[in-house]
Amino acid sequence: MFDQFDPAEDKMLQVIDNNGKVISKELMPHLSDDEMVKLYKDMLFVRTLDAMIVSYQRQGRVFTYPPNYGQEAIGVAAGATLRHEDWLVPAFRELGAWLAKGVSVREVFLYAMGHEDGFKFEDANHVLPFSVPIASQLLHASGIGYAIKYQKKDEVAMAFVGDGGTSEGDFHEALNFAGVWKVPVIFVVQNNQYAISVPVKMQTASMNIAIKSKAYGIKGLKVDGNDIFAMLAAFRYAHDYARKEQQAVLIEAVTYRKGAHTTSDDPSKYRTTEEEMEWDKKDPLRRMKLFLEKKKLWSDAEEERLTDEYKKEIDRQFNETEQSVQYPLEDAFRFTYAEMPQDLRDQQIEHEKFLQWKNARK
Amino acid sequence: MKAMNIVNAVNDALDIKLAEDQTIVVYGEDTGFEGGVFRVTEGLQKKHGVERVFDSPLAESGIAGTAVGMAAAGLRPVIEMQFCGFIYPAFNQIISHITRMHNRSRGKYKMPIVIRLPYGGGINALEHHSESMEAMFAHIPGLKIVVPSTPHDAKGLLISAIESDDPVLFLEPKRIYRAIKQEVSEEKFSVPIGKAKVLSQGTDVTVVAYGAMIREVQKAMVMAKEAGYSVELIDLRTIYPLDKETIAGSVKKTGRIIFVGEEPRSFGVGSEIMALANEEAFLHLEAPPRRVAAFDVIVPYPRGEHHYMITPEKIFYEIERTIKF
Repeated sequence: MFDQFDPAEDKMLQVIDNNGKVISKELMPHLSDDEMVKLYKDMLFVRTLDAMIVSYQRQGRVFTYPPNYGQEAIGVAAGATLRHEDWLVPAFRELGAWLAKGVSVREVFLYAMGHEDGFKFEDANHVLPFSVPIASQLLHASGIGYAIKYQKKDEVAMAFVGDGGTSEGDFHEALNFAGVWKVPVIFVVQNNQYAISVPVKMQTASMNIAIKSKAYGIKGLKVDGNDIFAMLAAFRYAHDYARKEQQAVLIEAVTYRKGAHTTSDDPSKYRTTEEEMEWDKKDPLRRMKLFLEKKKLWSDAEEERLTDEYKKEIDRQFNETEQSVQYPLEDAFRFTYAEMPQDLRDQQIEHEKFLQWKNARK
Repeated sequence: MKAMNIVNAVNDALDIKLAEDQTIVVYGEDTGFEGGVFRVTEGLQKKHGVERVFDSPLAESGIAGTAVGMAAAGLRPVIEMQFCGFIYPAFNQIISHITRMHNRSRGKYKMPIVIRLPYGGGINALEHHSESMEAMFAHIPGLKIVVPSTPHDAKGLLISAIESDDPVLFLEPKRIYRAIKQEVSEEKFSVPIGKAKVLSQGTDVTVVAYGAMIREVQKAMVMAKEAGYSVELIDLRTIYPLDKETIAGSVKKTGRIIFVGEEPRSFGVGSEIMALANEEAFLHLEAPPRRVAAFDVIVPYPRGEHHYMITPEKIFYEIERTIKF
């Protein structure tokens, strides 16, 4: 597959076209009808959840949130590839992968509500919290890769970054370390065309992002990130390769951020409606839905019914989370150190004395 | 017991911990095959294997960032920054992840990482090789910072640092790496983090110092003794968490305090000691707390470094001024 889609020839792995028609049958991942429908349902759930969080933000019930709108196929395909023991090193726009790894909807809400408890990941194995300083997390994946190899474990680490992140030094250091150390890490660049307002052509003069793999002696693949079958085929292949060969892989997933960078951003300032409409044709859910409809596996009625069901459940969980969220003073102190210094205890006690005084004053 | 200098003592601590705990890995630039530019890790790769003691690519952010992943996945990395002036590319990983991952994950991912950092001036080095910027790190929540001044403490503190579940910046006073030899136990022992040590009891003035400055203060104390002054010397050993009790107790006794450090004077560790003296011992003070520290300038190149370095005479001068205030 790496030779067939050599990034130096700017080839892109695709399985279905914009109308859901299979264009490379031999690359279609082995999936039962039920598994195909599950992938679609997962994307639909991510899209519904994502849109609802944005609406909660508009209602002032959550803080800043980075939407996944338009990029759902990548996270869902990653989630369908990673095993319980594999590591997920997120950036912040891979909702489908978090959920598949066991991050709860409640935790996603807590994070959006501005609470560190959203990163507890109580039922998720081997998932790092989201990383805000761009690309810095990729080095963590290289380190996890080293630990996997050193401990002789059968695990793979998958790390995410955006197209803007490929300009950061840590991107290059991470790929270089992983290349030199020969460790099982899959680096995934979600090339969604923009880093906030800056288009990808202002980030790099390379013909594509996947080609950067060559400089570090690792394999690279450019994949249609809005084609869930292509993403799954690429991830499965890369996962198998990373495990068996103990080598790193760079995957560029070509996609489009249909939403804003975060809820504080207004994309109409830096991109055109024409461009957005062009990408609407490549929408990952639309393409897979057309594919499923041809196979008589999906219908509008089913979609409407399920979306409604998702919305009710999401809203129920949101209300429950909203009503139960608490942040006691001690939570601001107790996790700064594994072993809390006396000085921090003293600072907490001092503040509690002030609070007692304040309450007595009322 | 064996005669050791600080280089030997650090090597011995690493050797003991590598032998007893398979989760420990030691790496950095030139750290593996060559044993580091100061030969601190010499022989460890041969003894413990190339998977455990190794050379990394030349990238400080990469060294610190990969340590985060290793720690999350159950290892205890001891990483080396070749010189204090080269740590800045790693600063983001230290301030954004090493010191935050435990809090961010609500305790799920501990960061038992030791960052070894040769620091300080007085060795006629090139630019970027002589700084003493510990205050920058002391300002970061989530980090512990230790500085030994003797081979014994170097060994014991490093063992504590490696065993700590919190990240520790381990400052190595490179000026005295080989200057002091001391009989040190070859057995495993630890020196607790967060405990200062009263090196000399005195009644007229408290002097707080650490690292390579301890020796300079001790030279000044010979002059002070001749002049009839009784100096209490505290070796801080840990910058954070600060041993407030020992310092405050001493100031209450002597009524005077001088900080001696080779860091830039303003907004430094010394400033924190001054604040502590005022907050905890205000009514006991008989003279203004003073800092004998470096100027707030870039460390001059070797030709001019003598203007910058703290000398025993300068320390004695300040001791006398404070006592005579």
